[in-house]
Amino acid sequence: MKGNIKLIDENGKRVDGRYPNEMRRLRIEAGVLKNADGSALVELGNNKILVAVYGPHEAIPKYVAEPDRAVIRCRYSMAPFSVDERKSPNPSRREIELSMVIRQALEPAVFLNEYPRTMIDVFIEVLEADGGTRTASITAAAVALADAGIAMRDLVSAIAIGKVDGRLVVDLNGIEDQYGEGDMPIAMMPQLNYVTLFQADGVFTPQEIEEAFRMVSDPIKKVYREQKKALKKKYEEVVEEVEKNE
Amino acid sequence: MPVYVENRQIVVPGDPIADKNRFTVEGKVYERNGKYYSKVLGVVFVDRDSRKVNVVTLKGKYIPKPGDVVIGKVVEVGLTNWIVDINSPYPAVLPLTEVYSKPTSIARNELSKILDVGDIIAAKIISFDYARDPLITIKESRLGKVKKGLLVEVSPSKIPRVIGRKGSMISMIKEMLNVDLLVGQNGRIVIIGDDKDRVELAALVIKKIEREAHTSGLTDRVKEFITVKLSQIGGGD
Amino acid sequence: MSEAKSAGVLSLLKRELILAGLKRGEREDGRKLDEFRNIEVITGYVGKAEGSALVKVGDTKVLAGVKVDVGSPFPDTPEMGVQIVNAEFIPVASPVFEPGPPGEDAIELARVIDRGLRSAEAVDLSSLVIVPGSKVWTIFIDIYPLDHYGNLIDASGLAAMAALLDTKIPSATMENGTLKISEEKKPLPVNTRVVYVTVAKIDDYMILDPSFEEELAADARVTYAINEDMNICGIQKGGSGAFKVKELLDARDMALEAAPKLFEKLPPAGKA
Repeated sequence: MKGNIKLIDENGKRVDGRYPNEMRRLRIEAGVLKNADGSALVELGNNKILVAVYGPHEAIPKYVAEPDRAVIRCRYSMAPFSVDERKSPNPSRREIELSMVIRQALEPAVFLNEYPRTMIDVFIEVLEADGGTRTASITAAAVALADAGIAMRDLVSAIAIGKVDGRLVVDLNGIEDQYGEGDMPIAMMPQLNYVTLFQADGVFTPQEIEEAFRMVSDPIKKVYREQKKALKKKYEEVVEEVEKNE
Repeated sequence: MPVYVENRQIVVPGDPIADKNRFTVEGKVYERNGKYYSKVLGVVFVDRDSRKVNVVTLKGKYIPKPGDVVIGKVVEVGLTNWIVDINSPYPAVLPLTEVYSKPTSIARNELSKILDVGDIIAAKIISFDYARDPLITIKESRLGKVKKGLLVEVSPSKIPRVIGRKGSMISMIKEMLNVDLLVGQNGRIVIIGDDKDRVELAALVIKKIEREAHTSGLTDRVKEFITVKLSQIGGGD
Repeated sequence: MSEAKSAGVLSLLKRELILAGLKRGEREDGRKLDEFRNIEVITGYVGKAEGSALVKVGDTKVLAGVKVDVGSPFPDTPEMGVQIVNAEFIPVASPVFEPGPPGEDAIELARVIDRGLRSAEAVDLSSLVIVPGSKVWTIFIDIYPLDHYGNLIDASGLAAMAALLDTKIPSATMENGTLKISEEKKPLPVNTRVVYVTVAKIDDYMILDPSFEEELAADARVTYAINEDMNICGIQKGGSGAFKVKELLDARDMALEAAPKLFEKLPPAGKA
């Protein structure tokens, strides 16, 4: 994990020219797939993540259905060509764990008891990976769920805080993730102010945990604004078009 | 400020809509600490005169409601019932007893002679309580197997707009295009008419309504759209 | 309902009972909200393993065994040994465990334990090289819960750490192209010890070391891995619920306060 690469230079800039509290370029598009009930494409730096939501639909297999709520089936998967060394298409232990923590990051936001005995599928496909795929996946999945018309308390917005050269930074990229000292992905329901994903590897002081939450506040708001913009775009474009023709 | 949104504003889940007890808030909202929030990606209708706010979803599956007329597709023939796809996470059950008003004796393996897999039917939801799949009936008049027509599917949340206030939109389409429309609350519509061009035009109109359902002035625009298209067809191919 | 399913469901009545107790500041087994159950650590339980430990946290029992073998290093770390953590939720331990390969819960547990150890560099992997780039020691840590009565993560963490501290490995050298493994064994080099502390959230109450039923009642849990410097070397939020930021920071403090008691139960770290 550690290396001899200098991750922050004398001017305080990171390997890709960003300052510690800067996010990478974020682009979100909602409703990109015809077949899915809801969908989103997120580009965060070099990450490209596509999420399709199908549902609610009849639970398959029937015995996994819960009598009083919907069950979310979440699959996080990385395409073989998404990383430097080809990744086998078989689900790895990492993908299985991420499928679970991502599902648990989205569940608090969905009104599951509005759809008893059904299943909601969240299929996440990482087309290109460059650090922070789980946070970008959550960001995309929340958009796809809302795009599908599924009842939610709030969106879920996510970003990772990291530690490089002893300093906390926002939104680790691939190199920083590999050679840095710590990675702390955080997802929140931004309006309700609840944390739904919180993990870390590497070593952090107790104070750095507090600082991380302070640092994450603005980036989360920024992600949320982009999510909202993406969801409204299609409908607002129709209104504009209609008004233009009048 | 008791209301946080404007008429026809697009909202996302979690957006604050209005304070409790100031306006009547209806639709896809939930309450928290004295405030109402949107539950869905939807459009808000605010009527300051009648002090009403309504959040309508832009998309979403059909959830069965007793009394609704739906257009279904038979997917399974059972021993004493049929399983019908009604474009919902909950497949509908049509018991044999809900087909004829009078008691009839039908041999158990003859169900497919009445309704077979692939048949389109207009049915009514009798009951639905989440714990069991919805029950439907085709006993009433205007219900039953749909023998001809063009089937169009739209998002169920747009059906009210296709019907229009007091049926104004649907009446206009029927009159102007000389077609009959069988509208299912589950987003499925059957267009019946003798003129193929007009039937297809009706389908186009319905899709246009689906796309622009959240805008204002839709009825007039649709009227103009039909008029223009009719003149094109009328001109002959 | 299958036995597995019904055992994993908590009745509303039971949940209310638990909450009523928490309001009074007490738990079903009489503990305070920030109290751990009785902890027992027995090392060397499995003779055939290079290292092992049986840990009891209240009624939860976890057995961890360490096996070592010579293997190849990962291509990007040619001068480091390999550490592999696996967990099997065997049916013996609970009616909620079905036979079969590790599911997401077992995988999560193994990876959380692995990350805590790895981030703290508990095992000195750089001292496990036999031939750089080609032969290194591979340390297999296998975690086997034997009786699941809640908080498998913390108990498994103690078991894994104690097993590592109990581990003795031979030395290996290459002589004339053949690998020679000594008879004599020395303690596995361990740089630092790591403990795991899990806090569960039931409505607004934060409780340490949840029992099986408290886990079922909980909305969510957060685990902090802590090293001997009292720094945090791993975090994992679990469960379908959500936390307020303040709750996560309170949980951090609860974990830091409980950590010393857990360290006391572990054998000391001794370098080779």
